[in-house]
Amino acid sequence: MTFVRTFQEIALADRPIVGGKGASLGELTKAGIAVPPGFVVCTEAFRQFLATNDPKNEIGKTVAELAAEDHASISTASAAIRQRLESVPLPAEIEDIIVAGYEKLGAGTVAVRSSATSEDSEDASFAGLQDTFLWLGDRASVLHHVRACWASLYSVESIAYRRRLNLPEDGLAMAVVVQRMVDARAAGVMFTRSPATGDRSVIVIEGSYGLGSCIVSGEVTPDKFVVNKVTGDVIDRAISQKTMQHIPDRARGGVLECAVEGARQNEPCLTDAEIAALFTVGKNIERHYGKPQDIEWAISQDDEIFLLQSRPETVWSRRDATPVAKPARSALDHVFATFGGRAAS
Amino acid sequence: MGHIGKSAFPLPSEAASAPGAEGWEDLYPYFTRFRPEDDEKFWFYNSMHFPEPMPAFDAMSAEIAYMALGAVTARVFAFPTVLGIEYRIVNGRVYITSHAVTDPAKITERLALFQERAGHYYQNWATLFAGWQTRMKNLVAECSAIRVPELGEFEPGETVTNARGFAENHALRESWDRTFELYSKMWHHHFEFLMLGYGAYLVFFQFCKAAFPEIQDQSVARMVAGIDVLMFRPDDELKRLAAKALEHGVDGKFVEGAKPDDILASLRQLGEPGKNWLAELEQSREPWFNISSGDGFYHHQRSWNDDLSVPFAALPRYIRMIKAGESMDRPTEALKQERARIISEYRALLATDDDRGTFDQMLGLCHLVFPYVEDHKFYCEHWFVTTFYNKVREFGALLARNDVLDDAEDIFQLRHREADEALADLMLAWAAGIPCAGGQHFKPIVKRRREILKALEQWNAPPALGPMPDAVEDPAVQMLWGITSESLQRWSAPIEKGRENEVTGFAASPGVTEGIARVLKTAADIGQILDGEILVCPVTNPSWGPVFGRIKAAVSDIGGTMSHAAIVAREYGLPAVVGTGQATKRITTGQRLRVDGNRGVVTILG
Repeated sequence: MTFVRTFQEIALADRPIVGGKGASLGELTKAGIAVPPGFVVCTEAFRQFLATNDPKNEIGKTVAELAAEDHASISTASAAIRQRLESVPLPAEIEDIIVAGYEKLGAGTVAVRSSATSEDSEDASFAGLQDTFLWLGDRASVLHHVRACWASLYSVESIAYRRRLNLPEDGLAMAVVVQRMVDARAAGVMFTRSPATGDRSVIVIEGSYGLGSCIVSGEVTPDKFVVNKVTGDVIDRAISQKTMQHIPDRARGGVLECAVEGARQNEPCLTDAEIAALFTVGKNIERHYGKPQDIEWAISQDDEIFLLQSRPETVWSRRDATPVAKPARSALDHVFATFGGRAAS
Repeated sequence: MGHIGKSAFPLPSEAASAPGAEGWEDLYPYFTRFRPEDDEKFWFYNSMHFPEPMPAFDAMSAEIAYMALGAVTARVFAFPTVLGIEYRIVNGRVYITSHAVTDPAKITERLALFQERAGHYYQNWATLFAGWQTRMKNLVAECSAIRVPELGEFEPGETVTNARGFAENHALRESWDRTFELYSKMWHHHFEFLMLGYGAYLVFFQFCKAAFPEIQDQSVARMVAGIDVLMFRPDDELKRLAAKALEHGVDGKFVEGAKPDDILASLRQLGEPGKNWLAELEQSREPWFNISSGDGFYHHQRSWNDDLSVPFAALPRYIRMIKAGESMDRPTEALKQERARIISEYRALLATDDDRGTFDQMLGLCHLVFPYVEDHKFYCEHWFVTTFYNKVREFGALLARNDVLDDAEDIFQLRHREADEALADLMLAWAAGIPCAGGQHFKPIVKRRREILKALEQWNAPPALGPMPDAVEDPAVQMLWGITSESLQRWSAPIEKGRENEVTGFAASPGVTEGIARVLKTAADIGQILDGEILVCPVTNPSWGPVFGRIKAAVSDIGGTMSHAAIVAREYGLPAVVGTGQATKRITTGQRLRVDGNRGVVTILG
């Protein structure tokens, strides 16, 4: 029985036990991409935890009986279940193995994120429902937040979502990623196809000072760099005024807002060399997966580039089926179609 | 094309004569003047080909080129949606408009013809192009060999002994007419393949834009552009001559700033080594020094053969580079591999096998037709046109010797039909045994026209006239005009606040750099440029080749992503912004510039 796996021990195929996020981080690590080190608390640990604390499957039965539109009942059930899951003890065996993993990471600051196994987790509407806890600095809070991730499966939104789609409660599982934090000087996202047009021949990098959370939350308009994927040339850059940044709140966990000093506000957050390095990483990741990716990245205070996450792009990739031009027997037919006005088409 | 509201451009009827240029209409044929009904049409200034006021004689290059262009598109190949181009001249500037076919029945009829006729050329391209090259070489040779009779006191004896049956004044007429016939024929040959070549490019270009909405024009150009193209050849010949100078031990004669005549004279005194190098020079000169310092439309754009100072200015530096062991060879293998890599990466990014098939078909056709697109200018605008203008000079010299003109160059101040009259005057006067009347008639005209041209230079030509079309969607119109809805927008938009120090154009070659501007109006000034400066010029062509090894970036008034400046800059890895329309006007030598070749923006920093 596997309760914990380090990123090095994970491949994409391990998704059913490490969840989508965990599998992706393992895969990136295996591909030689600089991912901050970490481990995954596997689904088996969650099952064991549930089996120990709810041997009669009361929770599953309660949820399965809820009606999707009965918001009030879902709300009441959610509060009760979460309270229960966050208060009962962890099985000692699991607690020990999580603590050991945390110690191996250097026992510094880590992030704890839920990593769902559901196929639908790539769906943007569901991806946002899972929890992420940043800047946790001791074993107690790591343990506490692993449990909070598990409990998030029973948030009002999650339950309502499962009920709406009539998904079974049996076999419901959640893996949890524990990963060393990067104190970022700059961070952001990278799209290996243009989010605006779906163009696969460009890589779009968005970045700002400090942690990436302020971009994700939309509090800062990031700098934007468009790079030609084939030649590596930066073909467009829009430098915005970045008045604030997120920095780690080591005391309380989470992040703090702080102002960016005036002179730096209108400077690009990345050097050309960093853009080039990110570009190369983006291109390699896309090649590795064989399809366009949405990537989260960070550059540490000592200028090291880390990839925090990579997900397959989904919005444009669904539209790929139709050819750009109607196939023709020969090049000449294309010429005639272009120059023939309406008569040829 | 439909119209929208009030135009950002003046109407043709609102364009007043430039101050001091009154009477400019007299320089050009009546049919080039704007007519009242022209206010209904949209015209744009063809600054690409005619960036300066047209001397009276040179205006025939618009007349004859548009005769040929329209014939090829409208009548020969029957492009389905376009007829030819109409042009007008106002204040010495050439404005053009195109005519579209909109009747669906007509388009269908034309499409059937187009498929048959264009199909014939595309399917037999390589063979037909080889025939074209032979025809063009013969045309140049014939033009060059045209004899300009001297009209001496007596007819040569052979006229009698061979019973030729006509006198030298008739021979003069034949020579003059033949010179023009060849010129006209050259323009027909010029467009014979060109529109089909551009057409193939445009089809691929549109496909790339649809498949990759953010692709830059320069990326499409890099997939299509050839490596072994004639435009690099003149510069390659200079490198060869530099190597030969070292090989024959005559390199010491090539010092910076020395006059070509002095260098040639000193080489002649050197005996065998000098003679050997001069033989190498002769070999390079024909045909490779027949490149114009301009774009083949103005008489004053002379070739390297006419003025050796341009090529010779490059030799001292090339000799130094060889001595220093620096490689000057174009890395053609590496360039080919890079092109192949770019093509295969774009191809791999396409979503479907169908699209990959289409991409292969379209790019294959581009690679078939592009050698013509790239090389025709050498044969036509450079080799033929410089030969032609020199031939016209010979007629000018004849008129000057007979006191119709003060100087051979003055012939370019006459319309070509006026030059025809002047020659008729000479033919008659010679036959009658009296002096020509033309001196009294033409000399004041020539003087006044030089003043008019000077005054016209000051006129700030609007980029367009007349009501603006709401969209330019027809690919053939885009191809012929080289303009799109976006470029119309750019022209009509007032300069944005805070962007007064920016000059925009086509992003022609990637990279961003800063440096000091050197504004050069002609290739003859190339000697002024210092290593590491940013070249700002009206237009470049192969005669500018030697300068690219010295500069940091290139900015031009004229040209697109397939222009000479763009192609050479990409090869040298220099940022370039082309087709700005106004860089040489707004930028002065010594200013600090930032050239952003990725976005097509030049910023004047101060």
